[in-house]
Amino acid sequence: MRVKYEKSKGLTDTPLTYCPGCTHGIIHKLVAESLVELDILDKAIAIASVGCSVFSYQFFNCDAQQAPHGRACAEATGIKRVLPDNIVFTYQGDGDLASIGIAETIHAANRGENITVIFVNNAIYGMTGGQMAPTSLIGQKTTTSQDGRDQAHHGNPIKISEMFATIDGVAYLERVSVHDPKHYIKAKKAIKKAFRYQKEKRGFTMVELISTCPVNWGVKPVDAMKWVASDMIPVFPLGVFKDKGATNE
Amino acid sequence: MAKILMKGNEAIALAAIKGGIDAFYGYPITPQNEIPEYLSKHMLDLGRVFLQSESEVSAINMVYGAAGAGKRVMTSSSSPGIALKQEGISYIAAAELPCVIVSVMRGGPGLGSIQPSQGDYYQATRGGGNGDYQLIVYAPESIQETIDIMKDSFNIADYYRNPVLVLVDGLIGQMMESVDFDKPVKERELPEKDWATNGTINHPGRRNVANSLHLDPYGLEQHNIHLQKKYNLIKENETAFELVNMKDAEYVIVAYGTMARICRSAIEMLNEKGIKVGMIRPITLWPFPEAAFDEISEKAKGILCCELSMGQMIDDVLIANNGRHKVGFFGRSGGVLPDPEEIVDAIVNFKDKVVK
Ligand SMILES: Cc1ncc(C[n+]2csc(CCOP(=O)(O)OP(=O)(O)O)c2C)c(N)n1
Ligand code: SF4
Ligand SMILES: [Mg+2]
Repeated sequence: MRVKYEKSKGLTDTPLTYCPGCTHGIIHKLVAESLVELDILDKAIAIASVGCSVFSYQFFNCDAQQAPHGRACAEATGIKRVLPDNIVFTYQGDGDLASIGIAETIHAANRGENITVIFVNNAIYGMTGGQMAPTSLIGQKTTTSQDGRDQAHHGNPIKISEMFATIDGVAYLERVSVHDPKHYIKAKKAIKKAFRYQKEKRGFTMVELISTCPVNWGVKPVDAMKWVASDMIPVFPLGVFKDKGATNE
Repeated sequence: MAKILMKGNEAIALAAIKGGIDAFYGYPITPQNEIPEYLSKHMLDLGRVFLQSESEVSAINMVYGAAGAGKRVMTSSSSPGIALKQEGISYIAAAELPCVIVSVMRGGPGLGSIQPSQGDYYQATRGGGNGDYQLIVYAPESIQETIDIMKDSFNIADYYRNPVLVLVDGLIGQMMESVDFDKPVKERELPEKDWATNGTINHPGRRNVANSLHLDPYGLEQHNIHLQKKYNLIKENETAFELVNMKDAEYVIVAYGTMARICRSAIEMLNEKGIKVGMIRPITLWPFPEAAFDEISEKAKGILCCELSMGQMIDDVLIANNGRHKVGFFGRSGGVLPDPEEIVDAIVNFKDKVVK
């Protein structure tokens, strides 16, 4: 018998808590596979943030810490400075990273902390029940922007990758999506590259992943994937925003 | 090493080094700046970690990270900065991680002043962070005592897996005294940090997790019961206080830190007047030395709680006294230091009213 598909050894046996059609699970898998393939799982320390991924400390099959809302990059810094040879990564939502934790994230990037940030942008506060996020799109209806996000009242969706591209300490930064197989393969490559850069001690690396929240967007899972392509990617264009010198795979 | 003359804040920093600090994370604020300044140079020279963070919020979460990774880590700040750290402190206490926090109090509330104060007694002993947690809080009265406590603080934190808060006021931070760094530290058998999140490569077959989330109410209650048992053990083992002239004292002053020093002078002046006054000086504010109040003579005419605040420790004094004696209060705040004569006057005209 040939095994065609297997759960990554980078994930524990704990069942994921994500809703059907949520791409948090896919992103977990890509992170886990990357850690295993680069042979760094046993050196890895995951920082779970506050959001739907709060339980990721139970899912990644490595050591982990659970950070207060927004503070993941500070916690990661604290660890990495005392354990420079370990692999430290944060897994953060858009509310966590782009709103309450933007200062911690910017300064970790600016110091060139040799950590990897997995930034899951689903344009909403998933865990708390669908409130407006700093990344919510203009016109997007959320429980706290019931008539749709209004630029004059709420400002525009914040573009984290564009902002962070201006920071010198960033070694690698790419925005990817996981809404179809083609993009999924690219996303995997980006995550793996970010971790490889960390292994090579190149500095701060971040992968922004456009992710779905069918439950709080109020759409079917399939339509959520379509909405990523039709509505989110035009506002959050995919691509490499920073790469301080490509190396051989 | 012979006695040397040293400024309080620098002595705190050097004592932390002697106590085995691995990493320091902090953000500048007066009147504690000499601590990070001193460490910024000496920690790097020693090959240890020093990092100035972007905020106190960030600093305490860096502490959380490094503490979880099993290292001896410290932060220092002053009143408004400690306020910002409270969320992280609650998480660290909940996750049962050891660390040392130094708080050099200044006048408040708000931005307040940069002068010495004891207005953060509540902040230290009640916490501004959420939930049922306690810090082990030390309130030394001299630079020497601060050094001795600092040297032991990492051991205490490691032993109980709990944050230790060393609470001094700006005067202790800023003044100079002749001090000795060689006093022996109490021996403690420290448990191995087999819980450290340093990669499964260091503990194969087991994932280590630093966490404070317990969504199951019964699970969280069990965690709180577990914490409470630990706090009770700390109460039993670590409560520290000094008794001064307590035999047959007509009045008993309760004071800590800089205020206790001022009260020492007042007590001498009162004794010269023929009024016998003793003092209970809490060295740990949490646990509060309730047992010390059993040492007060039944015939005592009253207890005077003296603080550099509008009255915060007075709550614990009233609880510890439990209605046994009359209790009065004397306080100055905002950074004003009283003359000993003011305390003499407060005893001579003792009023058993806690007028704040
Ligand atoms: C200090 C603090 N403020 C607010 C919350 C409540 N809270 C929990 S998750 C969350 C938003 C998370 O959104 P995001 O980071 O986008 O993650 P998602 O659930 O969408 O993956 C908020 C506001 C909290 N736990 N702590
Ligand atoms: S609420 Fe949204 S983000 Fe959270 S698990 Fe469900 S679908 Fe995913
Ligand atoms: Mg989100």
